[in-house]
Amino acid sequence: MPKTIQEINEKIKSGKAVVVTAEEIIDIVHKKGAKRAAAEVDVVTTGTFGPMCSSGAYFNLGHTKPRIKIGGGTCTLNDVPCYTGLAAVDIFIGATALPDNDPRNAVFPGAFKYGGGHVIEDLVAGKSVRLKATAYGTNCYPRRELDTWISLKDMNEAVLFNPRNCYQNYNVAVNLSDKVIYTYMGRLQPRLGNANYCSAGQLSPLLNDPYYKTIGIGTRIFLGGGEGYIVWNGTQHNPSVKRGDNGVPRAGAGTLAVIGDLKQMSPAWLKGASFTGYGCTLTVGIGIPIPLLNEEIAQYTAVRDEDIYAPVVDYSKGYPELIPGAIAEVSYAQLKSGFITIEGKKIPTGGISSYSKAREIARLLKERILAGRFLLTQPVAPLPSVESGITFKTLNERPVKPK
Amino acid sequence: MQKKRIVLTFPPSLVGQPITYHLVKDYDLMLNILRATVTPNEQGRLVVELSGQRKQLDDGIAYLKALGVEVQSLAQDIKWHEEKCTHCTACIPACPTHALSVDRTTMEVSFSKEQCIACELCISVCPYRALEVLI
Ligand code: SF4
Ligand code: SF4
Repeated sequence: MPKTIQEINEKIKSGKAVVVTAEEIIDIVHKKGAKRAAAEVDVVTTGTFGPMCSSGAYFNLGHTKPRIKIGGGTCTLNDVPCYTGLAAVDIFIGATALPDNDPRNAVFPGAFKYGGGHVIEDLVAGKSVRLKATAYGTNCYPRRELDTWISLKDMNEAVLFNPRNCYQNYNVAVNLSDKVIYTYMGRLQPRLGNANYCSAGQLSPLLNDPYYKTIGIGTRIFLGGGEGYIVWNGTQHNPSVKRGDNGVPRAGAGTLAVIGDLKQMSPAWLKGASFTGYGCTLTVGIGIPIPLLNEEIAQYTAVRDEDIYAPVVDYSKGYPELIPGAIAEVSYAQLKSGFITIEGKKIPTGGISSYSKAREIARLLKERILAGRFLLTQPVAPLPSVESGITFKTLNERPVKPK
Repeated sequence: MQKKRIVLTFPPSLVGQPITYHLVKDYDLMLNILRATVTPNEQGRLVVELSGQRKQLDDGIAYLKALGVEVQSLAQDIKWHEEKCTHCTACIPACPTHALSVDRTTMEVSFSKEQCIACELCISVCPYRALEVLI
């Protein structure tokens, strides 16, 4: 019998809902079959904890006396530049932003010690950060300079708003060249010295709902330790990639745009990260509940690491030169064993996304639902799926002629 | 002639004392400073390579210890900050000795000081600065 989200919520409220993690459901479906699993289990919780560069936060700082119009001026938090092209005291900070005086890759590889992601982590940890701003001054906003300490509790709104998170599958990065390279997938040793991957595999939200049948716009999620919502598909959302018989994409596919109140979040689940030679970013913890509305959805959530394949991509040439094609395909079961074998060579693997933290998020979300503190939502609109025909374009550069 | 790489931690009271002078002059040791940090009112740390006769090396180190200087061999000098570690496993392929290793069931990382040779290969790999060279 198919269920509705409303029915599941009634069960959650009365403490009768059956909730399991995306790991636990595997055995249940295997032993009892998808039909019985769907009848017996109400919700499957997923999780992921990895660096997600398209993340950031916007703030309303509160008005100063006299007033300042930071909009159109400049603004930094702990020397990290913020975007000011908004109203007087609304600013946005991106996870990859760097202080103007950061040496970047001037001495290669740069360390990228502190950036936007770290500012967000510091704020969430309750720390005060230094806010500096300059403005051009107007009749209604006469002030031109501001230099003060500020913390989250001083602000009116502090909202995490990430245009692209939660990638559905991802590349495995290797280096075919003769030199060590530094990438957003970590340090890659020459001649297939190591292979780095970045997905929670069988725990990852969108790999448990490959066609976005329950996860949609309006879905309430675990975000950075607090609650958030899916507001749109993420940028580069690409549902049309090659999929396995189980519907699971065999390369990076769907993505999510998410939003949530930063004041509720915790530094345990939002962490600034520094990738040597590459830059700064923010590691985000996300958990998404999947309502087991029917047998088909139960079957999807039973996906195992051995059934999820990722393309192995060369980051010395293939990736930077935008040359399509993978060297091989490997499963997450192989990746998580510590070694993969390519062309007869045994290559050690390293993770960029933390599986143990993903597991903790799935457990935390399960506990919250069991305790009646987290109710499910019906999406208000679906995410574009395979039938949308959406594909991922590269930039078509048009020559700019001098005037 | 023997060589020894050691990490010296000086209590605040000894910072500013001519200790290295005595090592050179009284124990006939060659002293090559590999790294140094001294924070005012805090302790100082020196990573040094001492070379000299075996007996004098031992005597020199005994002299330092008698003064209240903490002496560690360099191999003990990598710190894994467990509370900062996210167990991402990015450092695992970087570590040549398996001092950093993963329990494949829990997917949690642990660090074994005994196996660490302080090669520092893992340091720049950790995105969360959970691995630190103490100097
Ligand atoms: S310093 Fe070298 S041996 Fe020690 S943990 Fe790091 S990589 Fe392993
Ligand atoms: S790279 Fe850093 S955070 Fe990741 S497992 Fe190693 S020590 Fe922990």
